[in-house]
Amino acid sequence: MSTERKPVDVQHEPFTFAGTGEIYSFTTLQESPEGFDDQAPYMLAIVKLDEGPLVTAQLTDVDGPVAIGDRVEMVTRKLTTEGERGMIVYGYKFRPVLARTSAT
Amino acid sequence: MRPVAIVGIGQTPVGEHWSSSLRMLAADAIHHAFQDASLRQVDSLYIGNAYGAAFSSQQQLGSLVADYAGLGNIEACTLEAGDASGAAALRAGYLAVASGAVETALVLGVEKSTDTIGSAHVEARGVSLDADYEAAHGVTLTALAALLMRRYMYEHGLPLDAFEGFSINAHANGARSEYAMFRNLIKPGRFAKAPMIADPVSLFDSAPDGDGAAAVILTSAERAADLVAQPVIIAASAAATDTLALQDRADMLHLKAVQSSASRAFAQAGLQPDDVSFFELHDAYTVLSALALEASGFAERGQGCALAQSNSIGLTSKLPLSTFGGLKARGNPAGATGIYQAVEATMQLRGIAGANQVVGAKVGLLQNLGGLGSSAYTHILRV
Repeated sequence: MSTERKPVDVQHEPFTFAGTGEIYSFTTLQESPEGFDDQAPYMLAIVKLDEGPLVTAQLTDVDGPVAIGDRVEMVTRKLTTEGERGMIVYGYKFRPVLARTSAT
Repeated sequence: MRPVAIVGIGQTPVGEHWSSSLRMLAADAIHHAFQDASLRQVDSLYIGNAYGAAFSSQQQLGSLVADYAGLGNIEACTLEAGDASGAAALRAGYLAVASGAVETALVLGVEKSTDTIGSAHVEARGVSLDADYEAAHGVTLTALAALLMRRYMYEHGLPLDAFEGFSINAHANGARSEYAMFRNLIKPGRFAKAPMIADPVSLFDSAPDGDGAAAVILTSAERAADLVAQPVIIAASAAATDTLALQDRADMLHLKAVQSSASRAFAQAGLQPDDVSFFELHDAYTVLSALALEASGFAERGQGCALAQSNSIGLTSKLPLSTFGGLKARGNPAGATGIYQAVEATMQLRGIAGANQVVGAKVGLLQNLGGLGSSAYTHILRV
């Protein structure tokens, strides 16, 4: 064994996703864990990002029914608050792609 | 490696044991296993427990249980692999005896689920998920099962009631067992109308958490022949892992760890799926039953539910499943579940399963999963 300690070379290359994709699967959860009680019931989805990978997150700003294949986009939202006086935890959620009003 | 046999079994009924603590449940199962084996001492104790810290603020169960059950200062520790902790402990005991390092091993599965209730219970159970990429988003195991089930239904064009056969069978078998948590029958047609927990997973689809403890005593097959009339041989023990987070799987509708552990178990035992007399599978959710049947070699991809629909899984059918009710009706005491499966399979193979007996049972297949197949353990028992 070498006496010189070298750091393990785990190189992660930063990659920026466009933040868009489609619903791969979805559900509405009725029985929530602590910290999510005030949000229940809430929608969760596995989203297939346009670049390929899958990501699990809440669906937000949903007005009507959703289906597998629906287009969604990432938004930053509050996930939970750690207790009454604790930190607010922000993270990613996905919302249906908003309809664009065409410029006249 | 020498052959290993089960020479003693013990279990408590699964349920809400408000008046029994973790250590009391453990000692009860151990006492019954010793009584069954006509033994008074073992060399080591391996414990399957998943949520002792999260439910009961209790770790270091090895010391706790060895002392409380009066086993002296023997070697004892916990093995953890989520809801597959019981099978992980069984494999540890098997390896210890097979290697010759230990002459007689006690394997215990224990869980005290009702030490937490409501959202605190849901939160505690979340420690088995990927903390950063799943639990942090308010995801639960049931939610993940729902996401998996909806995708399975979408890809294979299945309606909700395609899955009902698994739950109807589990409750039919549970109704016959005094150890089962739920002994009510589910009528055909009711499944799809049950209240949703996370659609499409309903109350009749997911297994209930329960308190319970089960124990088996292992020794060499050679010594077992002198101890008991009908030693049950552990013909195979195999384990594998898959990604912890569901989202990281290239093909989530194929349980890779299940396939790997099952195929290696069959190879070790020199058996085929056709040789199996009954299958104690990990029916925490019906979609898991379907996917496990497919990955273990009993059904083609997308055909798992068809087995349940065609009356092929009852006690008198070709492939009886969940013969004492499975996780769905016997109840799911999380880290203890794998040992309940071993106790039930031993009863089947000894021919003492009473109203739940599979006539002429010779080969029992046991499969215990952590998460949605993140950890998979397959054991084969035979007489």
